[in-house]
Amino acid sequence: MATAIKVENLSKIYRLGEIGTGTISRDIERFVKTKILKQDDPFLRIGETNDRATKGFSDLVYSLKDLNFEIEQGDAVGIIGRNGAGKSTLLKILSRVTSPTTGKINIKGRVASLLEVGTGFHPELTGRENIYLNGAILGMRKREIDRKLDEIIDFSGVERYIETPVKRYSSGMYVRLAFAVAAHLESEILIVDEVLAVGDAEFQKKCLGKMGEVSKGQGRTVLFVSHNLSAVSSLCKKGFFLKNGEAVLGINNIEKCISSYQKGGPSSCIWEGEIFSSNGLLKLYKALIKTESNDMVFTNDADLTIEFYYQVIKKENRHLRILFNIETQDNVVCFSSGMFIPCVNEGFFVAESVIPKNILNKRIYNITARVDYPAESIYIEQQHFLSFELHVLKNHSYGIVFENEPNGLIHLPLKYQIRDYIF
Amino acid sequence: MHSSKEDIAKEWDLTIEPQTSFFELNLKDVWRYRDLLWMFVKRDFVSFYKQTILGPLWFFIQPLFTTIIYTFIFGGLANLSTDGLPQPLFYMAGITAWNYFADCITKTSTVFKDNANIFSKVYFPRLIMPLSIVASNLVRFGVQMFLLFMMMGYYAAHNASFTITHAILLFPVLVILMALLGLGLGLIITALTTKYRDLAFLVTFGIQLLMYTTTVIYPLSSAPEKYKILISLNPMTGIIEAFRFAFLGQGQISINTLGYSTLFTIVVMVLGILIFNKTEKTFVDTV
Repeated sequence: MATAIKVENLSKIYRLGEIGTGTISRDIERFVKTKILKQDDPFLRIGETNDRATKGFSDLVYSLKDLNFEIEQGDAVGIIGRNGAGKSTLLKILSRVTSPTTGKINIKGRVASLLEVGTGFHPELTGRENIYLNGAILGMRKREIDRKLDEIIDFSGVERYIETPVKRYSSGMYVRLAFAVAAHLESEILIVDEVLAVGDAEFQKKCLGKMGEVSKGQGRTVLFVSHNLSAVSSLCKKGFFLKNGEAVLGINNIEKCISSYQKGGPSSCIWEGEIFSSNGLLKLYKALIKTESNDMVFTNDADLTIEFYYQVIKKENRHLRILFNIETQDNVVCFSSGMFIPCVNEGFFVAESVIPKNILNKRIYNITARVDYPAESIYIEQQHFLSFELHVLKNHSYGIVFENEPNGLIHLPLKYQIRDYIF
Repeated sequence: MHSSKEDIAKEWDLTIEPQTSFFELNLKDVWRYRDLLWMFVKRDFVSFYKQTILGPLWFFIQPLFTTIIYTFIFGGLANLSTDGLPQPLFYMAGITAWNYFADCITKTSTVFKDNANIFSKVYFPRLIMPLSIVASNLVRFGVQMFLLFMMMGYYAAHNASFTITHAILLFPVLVILMALLGLGLGLIITALTTKYRDLAFLVTFGIQLLMYTTTVIYPLSSAPEKYKILISLNPMTGIIEAFRFAFLGQGQISINTLGYSTLFTIVVMVLGILIFNKTEKTFVDTV
């Protein structure tokens, strides 16, 4: 297979804080030192990584640091990483929206990038006019759009509104039309940023299907950024895991990248803070969810432990309850559970509970908790303060699993018995 | 197999590198995106009068009222000379030419800021955008020229004294000069304002002040001798004078003033494109 994209020593440096006053003097200093005296850039310290959560020394950070990789023609590569890891920066550089600070990228073939749906749509123009405008912005020739117009309108499913200005469209229709244009680009390389977060389920499925068709059927190269790990893993064979601007595994197997990403632990597996009840006598200060092996890779073949850390500030002669819900991202409660603690004393406590294995299905779950004295209206409630993704479903009884299988909020590996049936 | 891979590797379609030289213009790319330029022009035109009652008539109203007011203030009250031409005709000619130049410069001078949203999401040769602005202003200019012709027709029917001269053959050259001059200055300003916004404040009222240093509201012939050189330093002076001479038969046209304007335009244009080209690669990070 030939190489479609070759990236060498790619770095991108951003300056934090405000750009504006005081930069002329800095620009001049930088110019004199680097261009005339040929010294190192005084404002670039070596070794500063881009972790948005920690405080750095310099206000220049590496958004991307020393990336080297090659992508083969026809590969679908999923780029994953936390917010601010540099995913979008990488896509922006590849699509020539901004240029790298150092390094070199060689690309073979035409690049079409979809960093945002509906870039350049003009609200006053009709759907048809916007198809032409948007298509041209994305690099299509007029003839090309003429040829594909019917197909685009058909794919978008907004035929009835095609002569209406897009400002009258619902946001869903707007996105449908925009994606339909982008989906019909003829390019060897397709770059897609998180754009599927909008639109209804049916349309998202259609988009993913189209992208799958593009990469598998037509042999085009696809780069896809998403936080939707199951979409990434179903669409892409290979992955690229970015952490603070650095490539952790290079181009690698997608499953490996995803488990490595999850090991890095989405920070929402542990919550720390301080919430008091309305009378100030009860405090919730920590909660966490963990796996047996503590590696933060959640699978359905291992028990999950949930811990709630709370403080009773004044002894009460009442019953204390701790309740929690396991919810999907659409706020559907999969199940709830709770415990009842009679006559609490003062002090710090931890309530631990275990969600047994072989219950949850693969999906992202949020946890909502409530600590209260049920007889009074004294309570602490914290919504969605923990979340975790059960990604790999082991121990399922399906044998072969297709996309979006198994369905259901929970998945139970029930026992089956096969008997001969005699008439 | 290995060698074939090497062979392919040499035929990259695109190389992205941080430092680009001043002279890497990529005009081929601009040509490839020519359809987009046309789409932008169409968009500007259509969206301009959507949801208005008068529609394209608005293109007429602004120059018409400006002419009326100039006729009243500079002609009626200040009694400035118009070289014997009917006052509305004199002002209309000046305003039409100046407006085109001024529109080109003001609209292109904010092209990075106004389009940051599009530019930060998709690549196309950035030069397309200012070019499309100049082209869509041409539509507006055309409409205003039409207004000027109607006025000329009216005055011809009433036996007013003006003559169309051979210099009318220069008209396309004059339009190109105005367009490129406005474009070039606009490109320089927009490139400089991505990082330091100060210049943007200067543009709007600077353009207005500049109008008084050229011959929109007075003829060059009526200017005192000692200011003539100063007025001629404005590259638009030569162009407006020639424009007025071409259509109305009054104005000082000479190879010197036109040559100066042309030279000035070329220098500004080259400078503008080079600076713009340099800025477009990273402006997304600084705008």
